[in-house]
Amino acid sequence: MFRRIVPLLAGLMVATSAQAADVSLLNVSYDPTRELYSEFNKSFAAAYQKETGDTVTIKQSHGGSGSQARSVIDGLQADVVTLALAYDIDAIANKGLLTKDWQKRLPQNASPYTSTIVFLVRKGNPKGIKDWHDLIRPGISVITPNPKTSGGARWNYLAAWGYALKTEGSEDKARDFVGNIYKNVPVLDTGARGATMTFVQRGVGDVLLAWENEAFLAVKEFGKDRFEIVVPSISIRAEPPVALVDSVVDKKGTRAVAEAYLQYWYTKEGQEIAARNFYRPRDSEIANKHAFAKVELFTIDELFGGWTKAQTTHFTDGGVFDKIYKN
Amino acid sequence: MSAIARRRSLPGFGLTMGLTLMWLSLMILIPLAGLFVKTAELSLSEFWATVTAPRTLHALKISFGLAFAAACVNLVAGLLIVWALVRYSFPGRRIFDAIVDIPFALPTAVAGIALTTLFAQNGWLGAPLAELGIKVAFTPLGIFLAMVFIGIPFVVRTVQPVLIDLDAELEEAAESLGASRLQTIRRVILPSLTPAVMTGFALAFARAVGEYGSVIFIAGNLPNVSEIAPLLIVIRLAEFRYADATAIAVVMLLFSFLIILVLNRLQHWAQTRSLAGA
Repeated sequence: MFRRIVPLLAGLMVATSAQAADVSLLNVSYDPTRELYSEFNKSFAAAYQKETGDTVTIKQSHGGSGSQARSVIDGLQADVVTLALAYDIDAIANKGLLTKDWQKRLPQNASPYTSTIVFLVRKGNPKGIKDWHDLIRPGISVITPNPKTSGGARWNYLAAWGYALKTEGSEDKARDFVGNIYKNVPVLDTGARGATMTFVQRGVGDVLLAWENEAFLAVKEFGKDRFEIVVPSISIRAEPPVALVDSVVDKKGTRAVAEAYLQYWYTKEGQEIAARNFYRPRDSEIANKHAFAKVELFTIDELFGGWTKAQTTHFTDGGVFDKIYKN
Repeated sequence: MSAIARRRSLPGFGLTMGLTLMWLSLMILIPLAGLFVKTAELSLSEFWATVTAPRTLHALKISFGLAFAAACVNLVAGLLIVWALVRYSFPGRRIFDAIVDIPFALPTAVAGIALTTLFAQNGWLGAPLAELGIKVAFTPLGIFLAMVFIGIPFVVRTVQPVLIDLDAELEEAAESLGASRLQTIRRVILPSLTPAVMTGFALAFARAVGEYGSVIFIAGNLPNVSEIAPLLIVIRLAEFRYADATAIAVVMLLFSFLIILVLNRLQHWAQTRSLAGA
C-alpha cells in the first residue's frame, strides 16, 4: 500500500509543479533601466505563462553598474545580470560565477538593445554646439559623470575618444582632445542620473553628454521647451549586455526560465519594448519604425579591442583618464 | 580588573562584560579587522605607494582639513546655540531645539541634494553669492558647508545636558565674590563645559571625515581639487581594487583614531584640571 502511494504522491507533486510552477527571478541591473525592465518583465511574464502555464515573478535591483557587479560577486543571488557594460559582467565571470564566454551565448554580443551617446543642450542651443569639436572650445561647460564611478560615463569618454581618433588620426591627438573636453568639465558626478540632475536642475553647464535614451527621457520629463537633443556626426554604439549567472541558476534550478527571459529580448515584442523606451533595437524592421537619428556608429571592439583592453588603457589606476587629471 | 571585580556590589558583571565584548567584536572589531586583513594583501611598498600618491594625499587633506575646519565652526556655533536654548526662554524654543536634530535624522543624500539645490548657481542662496563672486556648490567651500551641516547636532547635544546641569549657584557665588560677567564665563562656566565641548568637537570631526552622502552631491568631485577621501575609496572599489580601497580606509581609521585619542587625553586633562580648580 505504502509503496504504491509514495511514488503516486511524488508523481502527483511533479505533475502539479509542471502544471503551475511559481518561479521567481532576480534581475540585477543598472540605474536607468528601471522603466525599461518594469515593462519588459510584465510582458515576459504574460508570454511565459501563456506558453508554459508557470507564473514568473521578476524582482529588479538597480544601482550603479559597477557596484551592482560587486554585489553579485559578493553574493547577491542574481539569476540574470543586465549591466551597462560587458566589463562589469566580465568581472563577475572572472570570479567563476558564470562562464567566461558568456557574450557568445546570445546573439549580437549578448546585447539585445543598444544606445549611443548624444548631447543634451538648452533650448535654442545658445552656444551653437553641433559636434564633438565644439566641446573643446574655451568657455563651453560640459557635464559628464566620473568614468571611474559610472559605467555610462565610460561610454561618453570612449565616444569622444573614438571621434577624435577618427577625425584627428592619432592616439596622441585623441588624448589631447579628450583632455581638453575634461578641462571644460566643472563637476564630475558619481553617476549618470546625478549628472543629469546637475545639468537639468542646477542649471550648470552648456551641454550634457548622455545616453540617447536618457536624453529622450530628460526631454520627455522636463519639457521640449527647455532642452533639445543634438546628435553628433560620429558616436559610439553603446551595447549594454545581458547574461545569466550560471552558479545561481543551477543552484536555484531556474536556468530554463532565465534563458527564456533573456531570449525574449530578441522577439518582436521584446524589441518593440526596447524601442518604446528609447533604446535602439537590434531588429532593423522595428528600428525603422521608430525614428532614431542617423549617426555614424563605431563599436568598442572596432576601435578599442574590447572592454578589457579599453578598461586597462583608460580607466584603471594610472590609466589615461588619471593622467588627464595629473596636470 | 580583579580589584574592580572584588569590590563590585551589583551582580552580573561577568554576563554584561561578556555580552559587551561579544557585541563589540561582532559589530565593530571583526568588520574592522576585515579591513586590515584585506589591506594585508598589499606588500608594504605597495601600501606606501597607494597612501602617499599625490591624489590620495590631496583627498586626505581635503577630508581631514575641511572636517577640522567644520568642527571648529560647529564648536563655536554649537556653543552659542546651546547657550540660547538653555539660558533663555523665547517663543518657539522647543521647535528650535527639535530642529537641531534634523541633520541626525535626515538621510545624508537628501541633505546633500538639498544643500546643492540651495547653493547651486541658480539656487536661492547660491545665486546672490555667485553675484558676489563666491562659488559654493561644486567647490571645497561646498564640502565644508555640508560638513558643518551634518556636524552641528553633535556639539549641541553633548554640551546641552552639561550646561543644563551646571548649577546657577556657582555663577551667583562667583558674582557675589566680585567676578565680572566675563570672568565668570571664562573661569567658571567654560572650564566645566570644556570636556563636553571637546567630546562634541571630536564627534563632529569624526563624522565629517567619513561623511559621503551629503558631501558627494555638492563637492564637484574633481581629482586634486574637490575630491574627498571616501570618494577615492569608492573609486578604488569601482576599479575592483579592494586592497587599495581598504588601504586608504586604514589610513583614515588610524589617523582618526589618533586624533580622537589626543582629544580624549586633552578632555581627561581638562576634566581633572576643572575638578582640581573647583
